[in-house]
Order: sequence, then structure tokens, then C-alpha cells
Amino acid sequence: MATQVTFRIWRGDRAGGAFQDYTTPVEEGMVVLDAIHRIQAQQAPDMAVRWNCKAGKCGSCSAEINGMPSLMCMTRLSAIDLSVPVIVEPMHAFPVIRDLVTDVSWNFQAKKTIKQFKPRPPDAADGTWRIQQADVERVQEFRKCIECFLCQDVCHVLREHNKHDEFIGPRLLVYAAALEMHPLDTEDRVSDLRHKHNIGYCNITTCCRQVCPESITITENAIIPLKERVVDRYFDPLKRLFRIL
Amino acid sequence: MPEFQRFSYDVLVIGAGGAGLRAAIEAGAAGAKVGVVCKSLLGKAHTVMAEGGIAAALANVDDRDNWQVHFADTMRGGQYLNNWRMAELHAKEAPECVRELEAWGALFDRTTDGKILQRNFGGHRYPRLAHVGDRTGLEMIRTLQDHGIHTGMELHMECTVLSLLLDGNRIAGACGYDREKGRFQLWEAKAVVLATGGIGRAFKVTSNSWEYTGDGLALAYRAGAELQDMEFVQFHPTGMVWPISVSGILVTEGVRGEGGVLRNSEGRRFMFDDIPDLYKEQTADSEEEGWRYTQGDKNARRPPELLTRDHVARCINREVKAGRGSPHGGVFLDISWIKERMPKSEEHIKRKLPSMYHQFKQLADLDITKEPMEVGPTTHYMMGGIRVDGDSQMSNVPGLFAAGEAAAGLHGANRLGGNSLSDLVVFGRRAGRFAAEFANANGSVTIDEVELQTTANAALAPFDRGHAGENPYQIQYDLQETMQNLVGIVRVESEMQQALDAIGQLRARAERTGIAGNREYNNGWHTTIDIGNMMIVSQAITRAALLRKESRGAQFREDFPNKDSEWGKYNIVISRSADGEMQVEKRALTPMPNELKKVIEEMK
Ligand SMILES: Cc1cc2nc3c(=O)[nH]c(=O)nc-3n(C[C@H](O)[C@H](O)[C@H](O)COP(=O)(O)OP(=O)(O)OC[C@H]3O[C@@H](n4cnc5c(N)ncnc54)[C@H](O)[C@@H]3O)c2cc1C
Ligand code: SF4
Ligand code: SF4
Ligand code: FES
Repeated sequence: MATQVTFRIWRGDRAGGAFQDYTTPVEEGMVVLDAIHRIQAQQAPDMAVRWNCKAGKCGSCSAEINGMPSLMCMTRLSAIDLSVPVIVEPMHAFPVIRDLVTDVSWNFQAKKTIKQFKPRPPDAADGTWRIQQADVERVQEFRKCIECFLCQDVCHVLREHNKHDEFIGPRLLVYAAALEMHPLDTEDRVSDLRHKHNIGYCNITTCCRQVCPESITITENAIIPLKERVVDRYFDPLKRLFRIL
Repeated sequence: MPEFQRFSYDVLVIGAGGAGLRAAIEAGAAGAKVGVVCKSLLGKAHTVMAEGGIAAALANVDDRDNWQVHFADTMRGGQYLNNWRMAELHAKEAPECVRELEAWGALFDRTTDGKILQRNFGGHRYPRLAHVGDRTGLEMIRTLQDHGIHTGMELHMECTVLSLLLDGNRIAGACGYDREKGRFQLWEAKAVVLATGGIGRAFKVTSNSWEYTGDGLALAYRAGAELQDMEFVQFHPTGMVWPISVSGILVTEGVRGEGGVLRNSEGRRFMFDDIPDLYKEQTADSEEEGWRYTQGDKNARRPPELLTRDHVARCINREVKAGRGSPHGGVFLDISWIKERMPKSEEHIKRKLPSMYHQFKQLADLDITKEPMEVGPTTHYMMGGIRVDGDSQMSNVPGLFAAGEAAAGLHGANRLGGNSLSDLVVFGRRAGRFAAEFANANGSVTIDEVELQTTANAALAPFDRGHAGENPYQIQYDLQETMQNLVGIVRVESEMQQALDAIGQLRARAERTGIAGNREYNNGWHTTIDIGNMMIVSQAITRAALLRKESRGAQFREDFPNKDSEWGKYNIVISRSADGEMQVEKRALTPMPNELKKVIEEMK
């Protein structure tokens, strides 16, 4: 039943690298990460791959498969044309460490610049809150994020224009939205979003939404409402007037 | 001579799952300078995978619940081998720890009056699991991570600890390497908290991630700490069995909590055929009653699908062996049948079990709202681990603490679902607090430089052997086969003896591993190190399982199929003797105070 399939894998480090072909038998039900593991175990023991759960839950195994930013553990071989070599390479928006592993530490540093959660005082005497399920559901979508950074990988502001120092990217806009729309939160992040995190750089291309493995509606549900908040505050003439007064 | 990058802390936390992060936050709040080391990136630890929920007697859904009931359930589930003090503290402090998560931003599902909603789970008398759909672990780790990064802890991501360091018999820190460059690191510390999680990778079919190679247990053992309850490995009854490449991935118990039923190839709900005496009183005697229970009827008793995990796993095993299994060697788990009972069942299932829906759709091309799943047992959780003091979580090595799955005691012979996430926060918090106290009360430490060099040189040895050495991946694979086939869900003396011989041979091979390439993010090199730890853990599991000549909780011995009340008086404790040999001994349980005995009596 096993058929032989060729995987064209990028091998190298910061100094440079090249694609290398590996042929390995594959069986029904396998995902790309299975094939990579098999190659690693039998042909390339020192190949660098990052993964943890192999169940689409941790967001570690992000890579580009035939040019498409994807989780290697959730990409079934049956969904790919195997008659030609399968191209597997690291994410492009981050510096490569080695082979398929990139340095994503920037995402963790940038997150720290977003003001943390600040709840309103508890509703009940026992120190607890009362929240309606509908209010919880509105932000639960954003909280599904597994921090795979695939959306960061496709965002042209980061990928092509390298604005990592000025723009926080879709993942962290989703994070900011989760905080801003959290039913208990009282912090104000609107000024930061405009001036420090430059939400204005996003021109709603929706590329990020299209690659999100958690199907988070990044643009429509997170970024646009945040942009509206910024617009309301800074560009609505009436509100501006009130602020000046 | 290999160089070391040096760091110095009051408290070093090894592991950034729920237990490690909670410990680090607490130690920081107590004023300690805290360092955290973890093998993978922040937020990727195993805790992220937890699905069903976190157990705490909040009594939001059923006001009959309280700490006493939770305590009694935990002890019954653990077949009374638990550290009763831990079970008591856990039941008492879990509600507060859940509320604390909410104050840090966690958003749990709600009741109609806006409180935290709780769901049913196996072995818990009342609906007790606070949850967020079926991604509770993600909510929890993200909450702790996002709170933690603002508390001043220093993070060392993608660093692996190779060895714990001692100053005399007291802990002095740890040394290891960073995965990115393979540079050696020294983290000097007055107190160390081990929160390294479990051991599932020692078996072939497991729900656990690559990190679960038992490092913490092996590190502690080598540093002189005692391990306990190593024979108790939990096999979760429902893992995926098809396609083969994803076998082992967990199917949450939440499926059964929401009304999912188990059937064999004859369509029979076989769980009704064998209900243990200990649980007869609490189990439904008709399918109708079981269904009402899952829908929140307080007068109904739970369906037998929600009996403890060890029992359900064995029943599935029995059906498969008797030839009544599903096509790929499991049984059927069906949630789609609820369409007979409720309108819009499809939406209901997708809303209650979103990641299960997603997982089967994506990995198996199967729509769980329409068809039954195929499931079978998978290695899931380690009840055993580092033996600690119930109050402080300190091991017998002064200054060395352990919390979470790496510590033993709370769960005894079998863990109830949901009791791990609560374990992490309750005892993570305690370990952090007591570690900070210990660091505060004890002066600085001296590092043994010779020991440091020996550790580094040993770690580098596989490079000298290069291609000529043994392939580390193959050794790992062979060990997993051995444990799966010989020390799995049904155990017998002759097979376990065989396993010990095999482990002995594998250990010899593990000492000859070779790896090509350099130290930069070299997975092959990392594997040479992991397998050393897996050998120690596998040997400990097998030795303890051999000594315990009875069946209890997660341990089932075909040659001793019954529970033996004499064995109910002992834990098995493992330690390293002065000459480096593994010592295995019976240790009598500490007598339980009368007021706790009374609680258990009343709940019977
Ligand atoms: C699929 C699945 C579902 C589950 N669902 C539930 C549930 O619904 N409810 C429940 O209560 N429990 C559940 N559990 C169990 C629970 O998730 C785990 O027991 C728990 O998360 C363990 O947490 P921890 O903090 O002890 O360790 P982990 O979260 O595993 O963290 C271990 C940490 O230690 C680090 N580490 C390990 N070795 C080293 C080393 N050598 N050097 C440096 N760092 C190291 C790792 O990098 C990691 O950061 C589930 C488990 C699985 C597998
Ligand atoms: S929609 Fe905005 S954030 Fe998303 S990829 Fe396009 S520019 Fe980037
Ligand atoms: S928003 Fe989606 S694509 Fe972006 S990091 Fe989160 S899960 Fe990944
Ligand atoms: S390995 Fe966790 S998402 Fe792929």
C-alpha cells in the first residue's frame, strides 16, 4: 500500500541553505509531520523540526508547505498532490534558526508591550463576577488562538516590509481585541493601538484570516472593530471636540 | 572545556506548564528572583492540550457539592493510596485557585445566572469541572502565561535541563543547554521547583507530546530524590485508533459527559455488563437514566461510560480481545445518536465539542455529528512521580520541590479527570510559596565545577561517535515497543521480566548513541539525551509494577487479578542506592486522621 513520495525540504541556517530531496514511503492517513519524522529518523537525524502535540493544539509546527503557511501536523498527505515533490520550508517572516525552525521570539517580546488585563471590581461579595454566556462567547473566538504565528507569517507588513518594530501583526491584534472586548476588562488600549502598535498599517487584505488554523475571523471580528474604536476616538469630529473640551 | 553561560536565582522553576507557571508567579509574588526554564516555547507545554476541564467544588451547578465530597471522590478514585493530606488541600483550595484564574482573565463557560459553569466527569459525584468548551488547558496556560510575563520572571525558552546540581545534600541549581545553539547553561538557585510533567513517550500509543520523556523524574532520581507510585500509569480509555499515524490522540471524556455512548461491533452498550461494586450505588441501571444524568437531571445516576478510566479502558480492551471490536481494533464511541433526543443536535455537538469535531473532520475525514468514532486506550497520565511533603511539596532533597504531573501523591492509584488541572494550580502555588520561603531562609550555594564539566562532556559524547554510533530514534522506538507490549494495560510477571531484560539491553545501546552534525537545534542530539531519562523511568515503572502483586486502580495484573487489602497499606518507593542501583521498597501509608476517615465513611 505504501507509495514512495519525495519531499523537498529546506536545509540550512542563518548563513544560507538549499532544498534537499528525500524520498520516503507514505501510507494512508499520514500528515506531513509524520513524513518529516520518518525522514528524520531514517535519513537525516540532525534535521531541525519544532513540534510538540501533533494534534493541532500547540501551534509549534508551523511551516510553509508548497508555499502555503500551515501546521505540519494537521496537513494530511491526501490533501496534497504527491506526484511532484512536496516542498517544505520554514516560515519566511521570521529569521531562520536551522532547517524548518525559525526564531519567533519577537512575538513574545511584542506581546509584552500590550497593556495587560485589568478587571473591574468583583460583582459579588465573595469576590466573583457574573458574566453572561453571550458576552463570553464574543471573545472566546479570539482566545482559541494557538499562537502558531502563521498569520504573522503571511502579513505583508511583516513579511515584505519588515515592520516588526512598529507593527504588532494580526496575532497580537487578535490578542488586543480579546482584551479590549473582555467583559471584565477596564484598561484602555486604543491610543497604543494607534500610535505604538500602528493598527493603521493593516489594509485588511484578509491574508491572515485565510491561513488561521483555528478559523478565527481575524479581520472582520478583531481588527475591524479595533480600527473602529480608533476611528471613533481620533477621527470622529464630535468625540474629538469633547475630548478637547 | 565546554563553556557555561551563568545565571543566578532564588528560585529556579523547571517547566512552564500550568504547575511551573503558577509556581513561578507565586514565588515572584513572595519576593524571590525567579528563573523559568522550559524545553519548548512559552505556552506550548503539555497543559495546552488539556480539554475537558478543571475540577473544583464551586457548587455552582449542584449546591450539594463541597470539599468533603471532592476529597472523598478523589480518594475513592485513587483506591485510597493517595497522600490524604494532598487530597484534602486540593479539594479545599481548588475553588479559590479557579477564581484566581478568572481574576487573571480566564473566561470559563457560564451558567444562566452568570457563574462559572461546571460539567460532569468520570468519578466526580456532582458536575464539578469548570471548562471552556473542550480547550480548557489552552485557556489556563494562556491566562498564566499572559499574567506571568508581567511579573518579572526571567524565561529561558527552548532550554533543556541535563542535570540537577547539589551542594552537599542540598539543591544548588541545574545545568543544561539551549536548543537553538547548543550552548551550555548554568542556573544556580537556592531552591528548585520541578514541574516537568509526565512520561507518556515511554509508550508507543500515547496522547502525550514529545516533551513527555520523564526528565523531571529522572533528574530528581539521580539527585537522590525518592519516586513513588511508579506502577500507576493511566491509560485513557478513548484515544483515536485510526488513521494509524494519529493513533493515541485523545478523545476527551467530555464526549461521554455530553451523552456519548460506547458500543461494540454488535451494537451493545457493553459498559452496562460490568459495573464494579464500589460504584454500583452511583451508576445508572438503564440507558434512560444515564441519558437524563448527562442532561443535568440531579436525581439520575451516571451512565457506566463515566466510570473511572482504568475500568473503562479495561472493558474496551476486553471487547477488542473477545473479537467484538471495531474494524481498526477499537470500539465505537457515538455522540451522533443524541439526534434522537434533541433537535439541532449537530449544532449542539459542534458548540460543546468544537475541537473534537475539528480533530476528526481534519485527521480522519469523519463527521462526529453524523457517525460514531473509533476509539481505544492510550497512555495518558502518570500518577507516580517525585515523592513530596503534602503541605510544602518539598522532596527528601532539601530545597528540591515538585508540582503537577511530575509529583506523586494526590491521585494515588488512579486520577480522576479534571483533577490534574486543579492539581497544577493548587500545588504549583504551594510549591512556589514554599520554595521562596526556603530560598529566603537558606544562604547561597556553591557550584561543583567538576560535576558541571562531567555533565557537559557526557552530553557531548554522542558527537564523538558520529555515524558509527547507535541511531537514537531507533532506540527510542524499540523502548516504546517494549513498554507498550510488555508493561501496558494488562500486566503479567513473565512479560515484565522480559521487559526488564530488554530495557537492560537498550540501556547499553543508549550509551553508544551517535549523532552527526553540530549542536545547533539538532533533534537527533536531543533524542540521545531524552532516551537516558526514559530508560530510568521505564525501569522504575516495571520494577514497581512487578513488586505490586495485585490489581488496583490503573495497575491490572493478569496473574493477580484481584485487589489485596494488604497491598492497600503501602506505596512503592524507588530511590537510588549509594552504589547507583535502583532500590524498590514498600513504604507504609501515613495513618489518616479520624476526621478525614469520617468524611470518607459519610460519603460511601
Ligand atoms: C490530551 C490531554 C488532555 C488532557 N485533559 C485534561 C483535562 O481535561 N483535565 C485535567 O485536569 N487534566 C487533563 N490532562 C492532563 C493535564 O493536561 C496534564 O497532566 C498537565 O497539563 C500537566 O501539567 P504540568 O504543569 O505538570 O506539566 P506540563 O504542562 O507538561 O509542562 C511541563 C513543562 O516542563 C518542561 N520540561 C520538561 N522536561 C524538561 C527539561 N528536561 N528541561 C527543561 N524543561 C523541561 C516542558 O518544556 C514544559 O514546559 C490532559 C492531558 C492530555 C495529554
Ligand atoms: S488583513 Fe491586515 S493584519 Fe491581516 S495580513 Fe492583511 S495587512 Fe496583515
Ligand atoms: S490568530 Fe490564528 S493564525 Fe494567528 S497565531 Fe492565532 S491561531 Fe495562528
Ligand atoms: S505539533 Fe502542536 S500544532 Fe502541530
